[in-house]
Amino acid sequence: MAIAAFAPTTAGAPQGETKRGGRTALFLLIPCIAYLALFFLAPLISLVLTSFQAPRLYGDIGQYDYAFRWENYADVIGEYWPQILRSFGCALAATVIALIISYPLAYFIGVTMRRYSLAQSLLLVLVVAPFFISFLLRTLAWKQILSNESPIVHALQAVSLLGPGEYFIGSPAAVIFGLVYNFVPFMTLPLYASLERLDSRLLEAGSDLYANAFTTFRTVTLPLSIPGIVSGTLLTFIPAAGDYINASRDFLGSPDTSMLGNAVEANFLVLQNFPAAAALSIILMGAILILVAVYVRRSGTDELV
Amino acid sequence: MSPRRELPTDPMVREIVRQARAWQVGRRGFLAGAGASAAALALAACSTGTSAPPTAAKDNSASDKTLNWANWPAYIDEDDDGNYPTLDAFEQQTGISVNYLVDVDDNNTYYAKVRDQLALGQDIGADTVCLTEWMVARLIRFGYVQDLDEANIPNKKNLTATLADPDFDPGRAKSLPWQGGFGGICWNKEALPDGIRTVSDLWNPELKGRVGVLSEMRDTLGLIMLENGVDITGDWGSDEFQAAMDTFSEQVASGQIAAVKGNSYLEDLASENTLAAICWSGDITVLNAESGDKWEFMVPEAGGTFWNDTFVVPVGSTRKTNAETLMNYYYEPEVAAQVAAWVNYVTPVAGAKEAAEAIDPELAANQLIFPDDDTLSTVHPFRSLTAQEETEFQAEFQKVLLG
Repeated sequence: MAIAAFAPTTAGAPQGETKRGGRTALFLLIPCIAYLALFFLAPLISLVLTSFQAPRLYGDIGQYDYAFRWENYADVIGEYWPQILRSFGCALAATVIALIISYPLAYFIGVTMRRYSLAQSLLLVLVVAPFFISFLLRTLAWKQILSNESPIVHALQAVSLLGPGEYFIGSPAAVIFGLVYNFVPFMTLPLYASLERLDSRLLEAGSDLYANAFTTFRTVTLPLSIPGIVSGTLLTFIPAAGDYINASRDFLGSPDTSMLGNAVEANFLVLQNFPAAAALSIILMGAILILVAVYVRRSGTDELV
Repeated sequence: MSPRRELPTDPMVREIVRQARAWQVGRRGFLAGAGASAAALALAACSTGTSAPPTAAKDNSASDKTLNWANWPAYIDEDDDGNYPTLDAFEQQTGISVNYLVDVDDNNTYYAKVRDQLALGQDIGADTVCLTEWMVARLIRFGYVQDLDEANIPNKKNLTATLADPDFDPGRAKSLPWQGGFGGICWNKEALPDGIRTVSDLWNPELKGRVGVLSEMRDTLGLIMLENGVDITGDWGSDEFQAAMDTFSEQVASGQIAAVKGNSYLEDLASENTLAAICWSGDITVLNAESGDKWEFMVPEAGGTFWNDTFVVPVGSTRKTNAETLMNYYYEPEVAAQVAAWVNYVTPVAGAKEAAEAIDPELAANQLIFPDDDTLSTVHPFRSLTAQEETEFQAEFQKVLLG
């Protein structure tokens, strides 16, 4: 089912054409297929095999043998279900907030500023500008800005949004904040791309037909920007669910906020428990695949993704 | 098969298309090939599971006068231009050119990076590396390091007697300490003018959310165990560990401990997110020098931990003699004193204190760099864990860190 959602709709393609060009096309695809086989398929097979490994009898730390120990999956779900739920919860919250922030922004750049192309380009550059600085450095900078003795935290305490002895860093809000901040450009750019093509005559037609601004937005602008919303939310949700930097104890998180990525990191780097790390990765991959497939089907835009 | 199209007239394009056609693979053939390569990959993936210890690489030191040395950040004397004076002197003296790599940021991460090469006996890009004792113990257990040749390290006689015979490497046949340090407590003198004296003082409700501990299990839990009256060097078992673990998880769950970090805990001290912490001795001296004299370090009344980062030569290195020459050089008391004066950690070289007295008497009196017997009696190395203990204890510790 998941695969079907991504499959292109080839029903309409002329059959004779594909047959004639088939071999040459296949030949031209060889580098791409070889690349995928080497850097995607092989690691994936290795990951699946690792996830079924069993600890070696009387073995040392990090020693596992190939086996078919499917209990690994039950074990990691039993042990890490809070982190799994937290990952999807935080990613969902971050995606929704990023959408709320990005939509007006993309509309402003793509539609309102349409007549001023220089300003439009400048605004786009501003959206992309954070990418010029490393992701890690920007997150560390936020950690500094939001540190316990910072004016922002003092102000939040003064207005009782934070109680005495409560701090921002290490709270779930800080992690969601970090995710939103880091992924807003991924939401804004696809939204911009679809809103930029919005035909303003359709909006005029809407008001000619006595629709108020809200109705026009609901019946014209929003449906036309659905492809942008879908790709923006996917580009935000998928990496956010697997993110382990923002939630890490070394950045904006604390033990209370660790996500699935942090559990993979701990299992892989510290505990040397490779089967658990592999099983967690596959669970993350599978869960995202299913969620995304359902989402894409529901939003009825299979052709566009 | 459908009729082939006319070949283009351009001779070069013609040739390319002809070659392309010659290379054409049928769909079946392609699928078979893909299947075979997937199977081969799967087999290749399986083959890394073998466990025979790798054999040491051949030593080419006589003809190859280079050396790669991987070490931790800020762990060797450095001048204002970013040069390493003692290392430069070594290069001039011996003609060995050393590539000093600041590659180690964390024992576990470094190990994860190089373990596959080590298991296959391949070069890991470092001919000698300084890792913490417990990790060195693991490398020795797995047979991932080479035997050191004492004949090449006559200065080994300068090794402090207390470090000469650890349980993981009797007689120091495969390892040699580089620098050591204490795990203890530190606090912000401005925020806490009265200071703290014991690990239990960290659990004071007034410090809630402002306490940091180290993500290095042996230091954090070692200090808590010492506070509980356990001799961490001696023969303790999982009951004693569990008691300390309970204290630790309770303090994390209640929010008393807000940060559990590796090297980056210094940023939290500097930004005052953390006011009191479990920390490493040498760092506080450096922090005070960099960000104003605001912090104080102390070995808690119940005792502190004592660890050493230790030279080893990985199996895949072809420059073992060069590495041994380097170790021998850093075991000269004068050189050791010069390094200790910069890095502020405990040197394992006997006689370095006397050498330091000649340079700077105040430095030689610093108990965190040149501890006397009284200081050394307050700090204790964490005993080596068995493989099973290591797996179990780390799993419990990480469980708390993941909430």
